[in-house]
Amino acid sequence: MSKSNFSRRGVLKTGMVASAGMALPQYLRAQDGGFTNAPGDSDVVLGFNVPQTGPYADEGADELRAYELAVEHLNGGGDGGMMSTFSSDALEGTGILGREVKYVTGDTQTKSDAARASARSMIEKDGAIMITGGSSSGVAVAVQALCQEAGIIFMAGLTHSNDTTGKDKRANGFRHFFNSYMSGAALAPVLEAAYGNNRKAYHLTADYNWGYTTQEAVQSSTEAMGWETVNTVLTPLTQTDFSSYIAPVLNSGADVLVLNHYGGNMVNSLTNAVQFGLREAQANGQNFEIVVPLYSRLMAKGAGANVKGIFGSTNWHWSLQDAGSQAFVRSFGTKYGFPPSQAAHTCYVQTLLYADAVTRAGSFNPCAVAEALEDFEFDGLGNGPTLYRGEDHQCFKDVLVVKGKENPDNEFDLLEIVEVTPAAQVTYPADHPQFAGGALGTCNPGA
Amino acid sequence: MSTYVENPSGTLKSTFLTLAFLFAAFWGSFLILRTVIGFSSGDNFSIQQYILQILNGLDKGSAYALIALGLTLIFGTLGVVNFAHGALFMLGAFVAVTVSNLLSLSHKVVDETRTDFLGNPLQVEVPYMYDLFGQAAGDVIIDWAVPISIIIAIPIMVAIGFIMERGLIKYFYKRPHADQILVTFGLAIVIQEIVKYFYGANPIPTPAPDAFVGSFDFGIALGFQANEIIYPYWRLVYFFFSVVIIGAVFAFLQFTTFGMVVRAGMADRETVGILGINIDKRFTIMFGIAAAVAGLAGVMYAPINSPNYHMGMDFLVLSFVVVVVGGMGSLPGAVAAGFLLGILESFASISQVIDMIPGINQIIIYLVAIIILLTRPRGLMGRKGVMEE
Amino acid sequence: MLGLEKKDFRLLLIVIGLTMLAPFILNPFPAGSEMAQFNAGYPDLMQRFVIFGIFAIGFNILFGLTGYLSFGHAAFLGAGSYGAVWMFKLLSMNVLPAIAISVIIAGLFSLLIGFISLRRSGIYFSILTLAFAQMSFALAYSVLTPITGGETGLQLALDDPRIFGASQTATGNIPVPALFGLEMRSSYELGVGSWLFTFNAGYYLAAVFMIFAFYMSIRIFRSPFGMMLRAIKSNQTRMSYTGLNARPYTLAAFVISGMYAGLAGGLMASMDPLAGAERMQWTASGEVVLMTILGGAGTLIGPVLGAGMIKYFENIFSKINETILHGWFAFLPDGLENVVVAMIYPFIGKGWHLTLGIVFMLVVIFLPGGLVQGGQKIAAAFRRKKPEDAKPNATEPAE
Repeated sequence: MSKSNFSRRGVLKTGMVASAGMALPQYLRAQDGGFTNAPGDSDVVLGFNVPQTGPYADEGADELRAYELAVEHLNGGGDGGMMSTFSSDALEGTGILGREVKYVTGDTQTKSDAARASARSMIEKDGAIMITGGSSSGVAVAVQALCQEAGIIFMAGLTHSNDTTGKDKRANGFRHFFNSYMSGAALAPVLEAAYGNNRKAYHLTADYNWGYTTQEAVQSSTEAMGWETVNTVLTPLTQTDFSSYIAPVLNSGADVLVLNHYGGNMVNSLTNAVQFGLREAQANGQNFEIVVPLYSRLMAKGAGANVKGIFGSTNWHWSLQDAGSQAFVRSFGTKYGFPPSQAAHTCYVQTLLYADAVTRAGSFNPCAVAEALEDFEFDGLGNGPTLYRGEDHQCFKDVLVVKGKENPDNEFDLLEIVEVTPAAQVTYPADHPQFAGGALGTCNPGA
Repeated sequence: MSTYVENPSGTLKSTFLTLAFLFAAFWGSFLILRTVIGFSSGDNFSIQQYILQILNGLDKGSAYALIALGLTLIFGTLGVVNFAHGALFMLGAFVAVTVSNLLSLSHKVVDETRTDFLGNPLQVEVPYMYDLFGQAAGDVIIDWAVPISIIIAIPIMVAIGFIMERGLIKYFYKRPHADQILVTFGLAIVIQEIVKYFYGANPIPTPAPDAFVGSFDFGIALGFQANEIIYPYWRLVYFFFSVVIIGAVFAFLQFTTFGMVVRAGMADRETVGILGINIDKRFTIMFGIAAAVAGLAGVMYAPINSPNYHMGMDFLVLSFVVVVVGGMGSLPGAVAAGFLLGILESFASISQVIDMIPGINQIIIYLVAIIILLTRPRGLMGRKGVMEE
Repeated sequence: MLGLEKKDFRLLLIVIGLTMLAPFILNPFPAGSEMAQFNAGYPDLMQRFVIFGIFAIGFNILFGLTGYLSFGHAAFLGAGSYGAVWMFKLLSMNVLPAIAISVIIAGLFSLLIGFISLRRSGIYFSILTLAFAQMSFALAYSVLTPITGGETGLQLALDDPRIFGASQTATGNIPVPALFGLEMRSSYELGVGSWLFTFNAGYYLAAVFMIFAFYMSIRIFRSPFGMMLRAIKSNQTRMSYTGLNARPYTLAAFVISGMYAGLAGGLMASMDPLAGAERMQWTASGEVVLMTILGGAGTLIGPVLGAGMIKYFENIFSKINETILHGWFAFLPDGLENVVVAMIYPFIGKGWHLTLGIVFMLVVIFLPGGLVQGGQKIAAAFRRKKPEDAKPNATEPAE
């Protein structure tokens, strides 16, 4: 193994031989280019901040695999993955702007405090120029605000709440992942086609920000097509047994149950709903149906056979047939032996997008990078033609509506793609009421 | 112990009083709920909905009661605050996972007609059980993994309990509670991380046998319409299972000489020791029993919610609350508190109640715990002087 | 000196020395070397050391002296940080009013909870405090979202009023917390040879608060009030026979330790202006209990050591990943390197919890008095050695 040097200080030290008394304000390193943690000439450090302990540890581990793969590809190793299908050909496999890409990792513990502590250590100790990762909106919003303050670019990982690019958006933060609104907009037509427009929905919603925005999005888009919302019930985050929330559903007059849950909540509430026979039940003369707005393959695995036939939406799935997805699945699968998750995909793409933006801008300065990313249109990264909208730093791309597969071929083959909803159908104006409040502000280079 | 009634006529009387109290509580709480809900939202809260929530409460309560029972046994007999008790519950669930993995242990056969995600020929997994017993019988065995693991879990959990007690806990009998908390918390983390290392952090689906899939229609049995009160078979099994386990533990303590000595030891450890009885050995066995009770609760819980490595921590705080609300050193108290909190939690999750008091479902358990501890200084049935210093 | 005995004054001086020189002590390895991974001398972690030190010192005043084990102390820290962030949102970015309000809020909150919970003792008291804290957490995470920010935490925004300050800076950013213009995040770096030392304004502010908190704690430990609290711990019944009512004393101790927690919360928000609900969860309360016991409950310096140890593991061990391990053992032949890495890997990075759990067990098994006892043992060993050196013929004592 090569001897590695992860610290920016390692670069600085050569210029600081025995210079006791020479003091520099940390955030005013003008000679380094006028922005926080300007990299040296040989390498550049990225910070991968993912959950490594707690309930999302497996998702975090998959994100980390994707990051390692991305670094390998950026440095010219491996088969290059999506770099060959990416519409922008600025990246050449020579690192970023000729500097070798190094990385540091940290544990968010899926807690905003721990995530910020970890991100701050990457910025202050390791000299990271960009922070990326995360598997929940709470963490994404918290770290995004921190990066804004410190003058670092934040490339969000898996975060689905509207707030990340809505009321909590920041000029230094960028999100490739889709959001609650898009889930609702993509799901509604599919649900209408499958279940008709004379339906009565019952929502169980996780009692925190992400749950609220998802319920709002799904409720408004299904009501727009004629569904009626019978009841909405908030469930505690720490709930493990949802029986007392599920049991009354069958007699409520509803014929569709929407589970606005993610992670362990979703696994348990779906398992419980199937236990209570909701999937086989009849109500109002129709088959009773269950909908899970945000699907993840890892979580679908936890729910086992219970996901069969249940609709949901997802950002990306490995069975997509476009060249970009195929290339990514091939290099990820060859390296690790199993297909990547949607979290891995979004993290890989975010890393490439960042590297590409730096290369096109010709600078690591966050403001230059932000400018290069804003209103950037690209293709070949797995979701069709995509726009990084400048007004709110949200990506607009196709959204997948998926369904739990009835007869899976293997343990990864749990979801089947029902429809690829075109980007136009999930695009909304930046001042949409579901994204109201908050302001992007101006980009902060930290200097 | 004052809570154990020794003379038979007294037992009859107290049984009757208990039943009368339960009957009154059942209808009383229904009428209160109905009135309050009707008054505030105009909805008619039906008896069917009520019965459904009682069932939910009993079901949740049986998990709480089982975990709390083991916890309070250790508290009561050994005076040890065992923060690793949740981990024992989790280990039980993972015994079920492991057994089901072992039973479906497979070898790979290449199927040339299909391809995997990379386009290579698909390797189909064929369980060894198919080779041994044929596909039909093999499927049945794999299907019954969870019930099979009950039998396997008992010796495993007892052994784990023995090892824990002899290897670690016994050195902490005379140490302050704070030290016990630190060491058992450390142990819980270690156990948890070992499980995570082998099984990952994601939940692992462990379904019940097909025979128990589906729901029982209480509504028809009680004269209501079909589908009005249905309850999953496995959850009913869980409830009856816990009643049997709780009954067995009580009978063991009540009717065996061993149990008598342990109860005497719980009441006054020193005197029993002076009488020349080796109480330590019995306490080791009690620790094994407590571990087995927690483990069985975990095994049976696996089909209800897919087990994950931190499920023990999720239950830990709750089971402490249950034990303390029940009263330190009281087994009946722990069981009663388990069911009481389970039922109240279910009531608090009725949507009309949440609409009336937002957030009540988030805090109900703690709120009830506070009210009970402030009105009854030692919980429902606690004894004076236990863990009060 | 300062109303302290000689021994206590010496301890205070040691603590002052350690905190002031922390940037040197915590960065023992040259920047860029392989061992630099273990350096803890960067602002965020140094701030956390002293802030959690304050939290644990305060907790120890209650637990170490009275024996009352509160399992809900994180609620006061959380309430304090919410108070501080609201001050940043409404008033100005000056940290002093924010810290003041966080101490006041935590004090009032602990007065309320303490007044109710102290009606019970032993484990009943622990569960009451736990219940209050868990209720605070659950509500802060969900229905109180408009006040607390819920899942995403309470944050500053560009359109906050900040009536005595600016809503946004000239460049259109949110202003950062400062002490009369001295930004908490500003640092000076000192390079000596290949070593690099960081002196952070926020750290030194927090360190001054911690030294003050430590001094107050010594005074409390040595005061008649402290004696009274110890009497409660050793035998409350006997104390009540002498006609003394223990409640006012325990309540005072509870509120004082609650205010310490609030101070920690306020400082935390000042260093990093965000308050999340997880700060109030039982795991956070459990953490301070563990810190105190790990370091040595009832000792003056123990809780600070325990806090430092846990935070060090959390922030340093969790960041070591497989690539770094391979870097360390690159000198070994490839096969051996992989074996060594595979053996160590489960204990670092995503396995840092495992290491922490093992450390808890080892410390409590072998050092019943916590880390402080470990220190005493080492000191005793040195002291024993000196006379032995003087008498080379002395036989080794059998151990």
